[in-house]
Amino acid sequence: MHVKLWGTRGSLATPDPEMARYGGNTSCVEVRGKEGTVLVLDAGTGIRPLGNTLSHISPRLDILLTHLHMDHILGLGFFAPIFNPNMEIHIWGPASTTLNLLSRITRYLSPPLFPIRINELPSHITLHEVPCPAFDIGEFHIQTMLVCHPGPTVGYRITENHPHGPTFTYLPDHEPALGAKNFPLTPDWTSGYSLAAQADLLIHDTQYTHEMYTAHHIGWGHSSLTDAFKFAMLAEAKQLVTFHYDPAHNDVMVDQIIATALAEAPPNLLVTPGREGAVFSLT
Amino acid sequence: MFPKEIEVILARHLASCLAMPIFIVDDQGNLVFYNEPAELILGQRFEEAGEVQIEEWTNILRLTDKDGNELPYEERPLVLALNERRPTFHQIWITPFDHIPRLIAITTFPLIGQADRFLGAMAIFWEVEAGKK
Repeated sequence: MHVKLWGTRGSLATPDPEMARYGGNTSCVEVRGKEGTVLVLDAGTGIRPLGNTLSHISPRLDILLTHLHMDHILGLGFFAPIFNPNMEIHIWGPASTTLNLLSRITRYLSPPLFPIRINELPSHITLHEVPCPAFDIGEFHIQTMLVCHPGPTVGYRITENHPHGPTFTYLPDHEPALGAKNFPLTPDWTSGYSLAAQADLLIHDTQYTHEMYTAHHIGWGHSSLTDAFKFAMLAEAKQLVTFHYDPAHNDVMVDQIIATALAEAPPNLLVTPGREGAVFSLT
Repeated sequence: MFPKEIEVILARHLASCLAMPIFIVDDQGNLVFYNEPAELILGQRFEEAGEVQIEEWTNILRLTDKDGNELPYEERPLVLALNERRPTFHQIWITPFDHIPRLIAITTFPLIGQADRFLGAMAIFWEVEAGKK
């Protein structure tokens, strides 16, 4: 399984030279299996350059949306394969308590926010609502669960379907510490735990420093690096990739924030700063 | 030990931050949490009681009406919220873990999550002075 980061920025794209090393595109991750199946996790602005590489890969693509905040869907209308009449595109994402997935996506893919309606797109689009019981796409086995973030938001656990196949967990927008005294609590009372348990690779929200989080951002749906470390250690993940950087943080600040968090509370697992373009190969 | 659904986790976190006594059961009626204000009425800390099967806690917590008649199992407020999936309000006597009867006003309601997933029920209750409504 190969996991490539096409967008690591949180909340808002940042086309700024001072943010180019970690990247300015919003959430998008490509997962490619041994047999060539491609999954696209989230449709932030990073999905646009990804789309330009996928024209001849496969007649089917699956886009797995964690939630429908703008930074996770804005690239959808600029994803080249959706304009290809030979493409079959499956979009997975959460409904709300009152609106189905189609109604929610249509709020963006329709005027005045977008000139073309979803039913006018040339590709063949099928929508699937998550969370749902575990399902398979190609060589991948996928589990979904609602996690702590404002509005319906799911996390994904993706395992390659072969003996000892690797597991990758994607929790880009996640605040498991919300309301928890002495975070983390026990595994069964921790949002996202079962998705991340013993994952080979965990991409997790690390938008804030501990000070930023506790002073101003509790309840905003994101994590501090410190809490992400605690969560990853509770889950016994093997490797944590930092993700969803605050749009106010340039590369130098991100370097400092990660270095400080690692020095203050060194976790007993591998921590890799997530950078746009980085590829992780899991076997 | 199954992972709790996010709505139940958030319900516990909310209960932990509120000053009203709150009691939470899962979709099978098993007690999964009560908060510190509830501990004062129930007479035992949650850390000591822990998660308790429905058969056990419904035996321990005795509920009676104003005349001292025990409430039938199916008419207990949380059982109504679980079985009929509707909110209820009652004023009843409870004889909890410490065996000291207390008059309480109790509101119960089912916990229904995304996609109409039935997740359990929640009770909010107050001790009230006998003779007052």
